Amino acid sequence: MIDKQAASAAEAVSGIPDGATIMIGGFGEAGSPIELIHALVDHGARGLTVISNNTGSGRVGLAALIANGQVAKMVCSYPRSANSLVFPELFRAGKIELELVPQGTLAERIRAGGAGIPAFYTPAAVGTLLAEGKESRSFDGKEYLMEHGLRADYALVRAEQADRYGNLRYSKTARNFGPIMCTAAETSIVQVRDLVEVGGIDPECVVTPGIFVERLVHVPEPAQESVLVKEGVCYP
Amino acid sequence: MSELKKPTAGWSRQEIARRVALDIPDGAYVNLGIGMPELVAHYVPEGREFIFQTENGLLGMGPAPAPGTEDPELINAGKKPVTAIPGAAYFHHGDSFTMIRGGHIDICVLGAMQVSASGDLANWSTGDADAIPAVGGAMDLVAGVKSIWVVSQHTTKKGEPKIVSECTFPLTGKGVVDRIYTNLAVIDVAPEGLTVTELAPGVTMEEVREKTGTQLIDGREAREPAAPSSKQ
Repeated sequence: MIDKQAASAAEAVSGIPDGATIMIGGFGEAGSPIELIHALVDHGARGLTVISNNTGSGRVGLAALIANGQVAKMVCSYPRSANSLVFPELFRAGKIELELVPQGTLAERIRAGGAGIPAFYTPAAVGTLLAEGKESRSFDGKEYLMEHGLRADYALVRAEQADRYGNLRYSKTARNFGPIMCTAAETSIVQVRDLVEVGGIDPECVVTPGIFVERLVHVPEPAQESVLVKEGVCYP
Repeated sequence: MSELKKPTAGWSRQEIARRVALDIPDGAYVNLGIGMPELVAHYVPEGREFIFQTENGLLGMGPAPAPGTEDPELINAGKKPVTAIPGAAYFHHGDSFTMIRGGHIDICVLGAMQVSASGDLANWSTGDADAIPAVGGAMDLVAGVKSIWVVSQHTTKKGEPKIVSECTFPLTGKGVVDRIYTNLAVIDVAPEGLTVTELAPGVTMEEVREKTGTQLIDGREAREPAAPSSKQ
């Protein structure tokens, strides 16, 4: 019988080795798999490369993972936002590496990686600092940059609903990077608020087909990052 | 004289936003940047429907929710709570930038730090060594959206021109801006040069030229052909 449910977040992340590349879903707090990230903080894997749109806020979630010294490199489009304290401090101190990628290029690199496309050309960032060192090519008289597809060892993603096959539905704008990250990781670990029987999700409404998901963790009442930040919570 | 604060001529932030909205055609798909561009959503002219896209995965973004009804999973690109209109659609980031880069969005309204005479845009970094570089979706938007309109104060807070012959800040895109709306004027980026098509009330062409760091063409007549008018 196929059952992708793990007993706990701790069990789900327990095999992540030092030096792993991990995609972490979310746009700000929307869709950020905070319980999985906290389990990874507890687990302690270090030297990680993290691919995520932002760098977290306050001292919880992704910011806690960075503050704990587990992240060697961030690949993201917008590493500073309101309440982002940890990344700027470490970046200025030269203690964390940053690969800055335009948001659409980041999304397409992940999509391409998941779809088995090693590289592609995009018009974004042509003529800018972010074009430096990149191969360019002209198509129909317009210039494009070559970008590489991204793959990861793991993806940590948050979804609204799943069945034991790993079919997923998301909630509103918390969908963001989740579906493409699930396609681009060897092992996709998804925390879900609602776990339903097989058949409980209309096949027409499945957003991520279960083939892209390896492990599920049932988190019926996920913490809300902004509330933790407001309360001054510092994880662990 | 300069120490005397005259009542300011020109448009307020709200009036700039309203002026922009007047130029958006019925049925347009529009992406609004963070800050002043967001105000455009408040001024949809009577009888027109615009569909607002936000790149974090919503087509059909509605106004801010009533206090107490915010949903942390329903936000805009500035990570502020929003609502979804009836007929809205959610999608993932791959699809979002398919809309943007694929030329499916009609108009993007963005803020600017500098715009050059040839329509180069700088709006993501001062280039300061100490700054944390952050670009978000701006480079994809300017590369893919059909029309890029900038809304901005005409000068910096220190009074330095933001419309310049060449940008000194790092670029977001080269030759991407189509039109600029400031507190003083509406300016088209035309092949022959920056062309003023409209002045805000109480503003003179001389004043706009004085506050602009590059040549301007006075194109006001060109843009306003003897419009059919009932009052002769």
